[in-house]
Amino acid sequence: MDVTIVDYKSGNISSVINSFKEVAKDKVNIEVTSDLNKIKSSDKVVLPGQGSFKSCIDGLNGINGLIDTLSDFALYSKKPLLGICVGLQMFADIGYEEVETKGLGWISGKVSKIDNQNGKFKLPHIGWNQIKIVKDSKIFKDIENNSHMYFVHSYEFVPNDNSVTAATTDYASNIVCAVEKENIFGTQFHPEKSDKLGLKIINNFINL
Amino acid sequence: MLKNRIIPCLDVKNGRVVKGINFVDLKDAGDPVEQAKIYSDGGADEICFLDITASNENRDTIYEVVEKTSKECFVPLTVGGGVRSIDDINKLLNCGADKVSINTAAVQNAKVVEDSSRKFGSQCIVVAIDAKRKDDGWEIFTHGGRNPTGINALEFASKMEKCGAGELLVTSMDKDGTQSGYDIELMQKISSMVNIPVIASGGVGTLDHLVDGIKSGASAVLAASIFHYGTYSVNEAKQYLASKDIPVRI
Repeated sequence: MDVTIVDYKSGNISSVINSFKEVAKDKVNIEVTSDLNKIKSSDKVVLPGQGSFKSCIDGLNGINGLIDTLSDFALYSKKPLLGICVGLQMFADIGYEEVETKGLGWISGKVSKIDNQNGKFKLPHIGWNQIKIVKDSKIFKDIENNSHMYFVHSYEFVPNDNSVTAATTDYASNIVCAVEKENIFGTQFHPEKSDKLGLKIINNFINL
Repeated sequence: MLKNRIIPCLDVKNGRVVKGINFVDLKDAGDPVEQAKIYSDGGADEICFLDITASNENRDTIYEVVEKTSKECFVPLTVGGGVRSIDDINKLLNCGADKVSINTAAVQNAKVVEDSSRKFGSQCIVVAIDAKRKDDGWEIFTHGGRNPTGINALEFASKMEKCGAGELLVTSMDKDGTQSGYDIELMQKISSMVNIPVIASGGVGTLDHLVDGIKSGASAVLAASIFHYGTYSVNEAKQYLASKDIPVRI
């Protein structure tokens, strides 16, 4: 099996690579590339994302044909795709970080700044927070409700249709922290930095 | 609920772990990769490496250490010490660091913080503030605490927040190495002034000091000696904090 981590020169993806390789061992081939043919032919795709919504979208746009290839993969081939952090946020129609930026539009919704209640809550939301699993998502197999995951973000994905929400976390309000829509998965937290439980989620995704 | 973080810090020199007492008096005591792994297995919420060789020769040793550690530890890894430029930050991130802490360079040229937080995201930019009491306030120092700057620590903290720092790592130089507790007043002042998380550092000798650090408003507490010399394990520290009703990940 081939799992491709999309390398679109945006942010730091070494931790994502290390964690997938740790889980995959020799059983699964982990590719790190922006090569469109390799993405097309792979069994699963991971879309990481760090930095701002705009910088990530710009990064995707910077590689000719990448967005179309990813959209085909996710929406037509319907093969499993996992977005992490801004990778998840980009599923939205629109993001409001820096400037209003059009997203991939795969899961209807918007990405806006976490309401920190006039400074009562510090931003970024950094650290370990518990996730409340609200949907029996395949990537949460053997993950207990209220498990701790590592977060670092100031913006949140607000889906239009709550049925895509797989988990939420409590910080100033209930923040959507995992989504599942058919073959499309996303986590706002960083499974690659969430120790053994995070690696378990990665393992679940690889074994889908 | 968001938990308070406990961050063991390892001082690394020439690729080996040491722990400075008041920034001098070094003792060699181990392999950083192995140490980091012990900490992450023991429940450390993050690991911090402070490279104290960085400004001199043997700079590249830290990259190797970071690379090896990031393949074994799957909790966030912060690396600081001798980070001068966007290139240095880029290289550390590529080796597997999740956050980079900037001290001297941030004081000398705030644009490094602005540019790097824009390029890599605020989430990976930590500004390290070394502060020492002076008159009624605190003055910040650079170059591992050697050079006074005349700059007020509170004003600098506020400026760094505006420049895009994701977190502030605040070390009291008066307290560092003394094991007499954090400079609580300093932590309180900075935490209440900025809207980004503050990591308290410098002076931990007992588990109560960690409790005091969190109560001062810091989001995370950093300590080196008490963990490194095995006085307490990270897990013991967490159990103790939990017993004092401080939310931690156990």
